[in-house]
Amino acid sequence: MNASSLATIDETDHTQGPDDAPVTLIEYGDFECPVCGQAYPIVERLRRDYGDDLRFAFRHLPLNKVHPHAAQAAQAAEAAGAQDAFWAMHAALFEHQRALEYEDLKGYAEDLALDTERFARELDERVYNKRVQADLRGGVRAGANGTPTFFINGVRHDGDFDFDTLSQAITKAGA
Amino acid sequence: MSTRQSTQTTPGAESALTPGSPAPEFTLARSPDESLSLGDLRGQPVVLAFYSADWSPVCGGQLALYNEILEEFQRFDARLLGISVDGVWCHKAFAEDKNLEFDLLSDFEPKGEVAGAYGVYRDSDGVTERALFVIDGDGVIRWSTVSPIDVDPGADGILAALGGLPEQEATR
Repeated sequence: MNASSLATIDETDHTQGPDDAPVTLIEYGDFECPVCGQAYPIVERLRRDYGDDLRFAFRHLPLNKVHPHAAQAAQAAEAAGAQDAFWAMHAALFEHQRALEYEDLKGYAEDLALDTERFARELDERVYNKRVQADLRGGVRAGANGTPTFFINGVRHDGDFDFDTLSQAITKAGA
Repeated sequence: MSTRQSTQTTPGAESALTPGSPAPEFTLARSPDESLSLGDLRGQPVVLAFYSADWSPVCGGQLALYNEILEEFQRFDARLLGISVDGVWCHKAFAEDKNLEFDLLSDFEPKGEVAGAYGVYRDSDGVTERALFVIDGDGVIRWSTVSPIDVDPGADGILAALGGLPEQEATR
């Protein structure tokens, strides 16, 4: 097994939870991937259960050839992030995985009271394409092997990602 | 899917050809009416990805990931080839469904012969191991790995191996 180490979390990452949490869970995910959609409430529950013992980071791994809306959805999350609403958009996207057309994305931006003109312009100009692709390339080089891929304190989680399995792995890693 | 963590020992790993071995030559169907010979690819690195079956229920799994990062392989001028024991029509339907933009080869008749030559055929269940080989432009295996059947190997090992090939260093 090739447990890969991972570059550290930096300020370009989207994180939830304290920087000094004993365990960092990184997800490489795709907003159109149904399995990532199943993992979403599990991660939310883990965050609630572990509280300050867990830091969560989400990075993009859009498999756009199987999920044709994934790359633009990822860029939408970044565009929302530029307006301090990454996590709200992340939630909106996972809660509406079957409605990820351009107009849908703009609708979520509106629901979140974002500057929709800016949001739409940044989507049109693919401002965050590079960032999203950099996440994908970095993830692949770190050993991400599909969506979702979880890393717990830098080690790829090769087990299932049901709540119990992930929870055990997080506890074992020190939370 | 198994809930087990992978272990260090991978049954089948012992028999797989190792770096330094010449890559066994083969000619396999790449579509219902075309075939491909490994020897024709001399001069460029080749990545052979043996996998168990076309329609195994893995979402966004190994081949979808490789398909997404073909540019990364192309940076090394490398040609990616998927190989399983599925027939050409099965491959065709699968590749179309997943929008795959690389060739899937059929190790179909005699079944698993090429996988056997590379030491990665599973007699017990009639499919190939999840095995990866990186072959250099001279037809020599430079890197190989066999993963537990339920662990997706990802692409990091392939990219690292391609990066380590002397002649075919990044073309850009």
